[in-house]
Amino acid sequence: MREEILLGAVAYDPKVVTIWTGFRAWLRDQGLPFDYVLYAHYERQAEDLAAGRIDAAWHSPLAWLRTRRLASAAGVETRPLVMRDTDRDLTSVIVVRSDSAVHTPADLKGRTIAVGAVDSPQSTLIPLRHLAALGLTPGTDFEVLRHDTGVGLHGDHIGGERDAARALMAGAADAACMIDTNHLLFGQEGTLPPGGTRLLARTDPFDHCVLAAGPSLDADRAGRLTELLLSMSYEDPVVRRLLDLEGLTQWLPGRETGFGQLTEAVDMTGFYDGDGRVTADGYLP
Amino acid sequence: MTTVGPPAPGTTRLDLGTLGFEQGAHLLLARALRGTPRGAAVEVAGTDPALLPHLTAWCRHEGHEVRAAGTGSRDAGRGADTGGAPVVAYVRPGALADARLSGAARAGGPEPERMAERAPLHWGLAARGALVEAGGPDVPFAVVDRDVAWTDLAPRLYRQATAGQWDPYTAVDWDEPFTLPDEIEAAVVQVMTYLVENEQAALVVPGRLLVQVHPHFREVLQLLAVQAADEARHVEVFTRRALLTGGGMGTSSAGGRASLATLLTEPDFSIASFLLSVLGEGSFLNLLSFLERHAPDPVTRRISHLVRQDEARHVAFGVGHLEHRAGVDPRLHGRLRAAVERRHDALIGTAGLNRDVFDSLVLLAAGSWAPEDIRRGWQAVARLQTDMDDGRRHRLSRLGFPDDEAAELSALHTRNFM
Ligand SMILES: [Fe+2]
Ligand SMILES: [Fe+2]
Repeated sequence: MREEILLGAVAYDPKVVTIWTGFRAWLRDQGLPFDYVLYAHYERQAEDLAAGRIDAAWHSPLAWLRTRRLASAAGVETRPLVMRDTDRDLTSVIVVRSDSAVHTPADLKGRTIAVGAVDSPQSTLIPLRHLAALGLTPGTDFEVLRHDTGVGLHGDHIGGERDAARALMAGAADAACMIDTNHLLFGQEGTLPPGGTRLLARTDPFDHCVLAAGPSLDADRAGRLTELLLSMSYEDPVVRRLLDLEGLTQWLPGRETGFGQLTEAVDMTGFYDGDGRVTADGYLP
Repeated sequence: MTTVGPPAPGTTRLDLGTLGFEQGAHLLLARALRGTPRGAAVEVAGTDPALLPHLTAWCRHEGHEVRAAGTGSRDAGRGADTGGAPVVAYVRPGALADARLSGAARAGGPEPERMAERAPLHWGLAARGALVEAGGPDVPFAVVDRDVAWTDLAPRLYRQATAGQWDPYTAVDWDEPFTLPDEIEAAVVQVMTYLVENEQAALVVPGRLLVQVHPHFREVLQLLAVQAADEARHVEVFTRRALLTGGGMGTSSAGGRASLATLLTEPDFSIASFLLSVLGEGSFLNLLSFLERHAPDPVTRRISHLVRQDEARHVAFGVGHLEHRAGVDPRLHGRLRAAVERRHDALIGTAGLNRDVFDSLVLLAAGSWAPEDIRRGWQAVARLQTDMDDGRRHRLSRLGFPDDEAAELSALHTRNFM
């Protein structure tokens, strides 16, 4: 067994180095032997966590679902340790131009809908599942216009979502899907003119990233890591810098209740099979 | 998110009208939350169609708690009764609303009287008196102790300095006609060439000192900035006078440059200020008086006069600072003495004042090549050197050096004057 807890994180942005170097230093200062490695995409990280090559992973929700399937196929155990307060109860929105003739989801029949990357939970998988639940089958009832930026990053790269918003305003699509936060951001930054889009639908709340433990992390060390992260206080200026970078005000215990919509989306599209194998069409991280 | 019943007591209402979060609604919500006691909620009403998802996204990021007003419940009708916008959500301020300023501290007070004696590096560039959030990078300023750079004269000298700024293009009548014999003009050009070289040293040194000082002691930085601007004007007018009659510049000697180079390498604020301002610029006060008196033309007379006024302020700052520091640091005198001796030793093998400059000063005071005039000129330059020595001894006494030591140190000062 490794003495250090080895965590994997995906390098979707250069700031990831700053964030995890900061957490590493802080955790080691608290007496916890901790190190991290970076991955270029989530699929290898999900496989390595299930295989015990790393002890823990800062996982996208999709990577978490895959790890869980891989682990259960292998008969080993994984569990969510913590998540950010900002990872809970997110929603995605489906918007149209405000002057659009589309007024209900049913009006989308025969139209084109812009989404983010193939593996983005918030701007592709969950909103398309939402429309499917309303009786609209992607590819059959409407065209899907994908924006595959940062494939393998599970939507962490904002580029695909922003391109979907641009496609909507350029008239290349009749609707676009994005997470609520980015709809606000795109309005503030001008990618979408304020008031220039109308909300057509909003998904049910779902959860996002999770810090997951793999089979190589024993309960003692998992408990110690969890306890330390939960103790991080926004009132401490050293900690605050790290939390600001990672976009949270406090860590909360991990929970499994927020992944239902994504699970249905994965099964609906055949993104992974029941044993966690990648089965998505044309998905090359 | 849960659907809620009627609002709890203490709920305040915020009506955003048509304003959405894409266009600043969060300012109004943040303001309302600031005035809301913990446990109470803000009832948010508005008609922007994206209000609920945007409000939810913003609150999630800020750590505030949101409860959506349920459609079909009584909430949905509220507001409409009174002609206002419909209620969209209830927001409770999060427990961490004020956490960002926990551990924050005032960076002293804005007035000089309330400045800190020592400025912590993490205050960085914060305004004096600002409420400084904890954390943030250390900015490594070399001078963090007030006494290392301060004088109580600084605020007043800065006011005088800004009021005393003159325009090099209009404060001098550059077109006033005059003609000088070629050799007298050449002497003026040589002296101007020397002055430009020395002014450039006097420009660079305060610039270097400025970047060492913690901005908490802002009056010192402001004063040094104006001092550097003064020197920039001095460089300008002396250059312009040198070139006024269409000739080139004079000579620059190795010894003169060696003398000035030792000023540039002095790292200690007080010692650099002592060597440059008290001893060097102090000596220049006499030189500029000499030039004003013996100037062969109105332009040279005028610029010598203008520059001397600025230099007097530079000297006052140097003397003021060293008096202040001598009052709190008993070891200062020994260090100043050592600095003068060190510089003397470093320059012992050099020629000192540029020979061409010395000869030009004699000729300017003489006014002609007649032997009797040259004798007078020679005596005038000898008197200038005596006056410089007197001035240095006087200022050294003010800093608390006994007379004999003041005389000894003055004699060790560079023969280059600066
Ligand atoms: Fe000057
Ligand atoms: Fe000066």
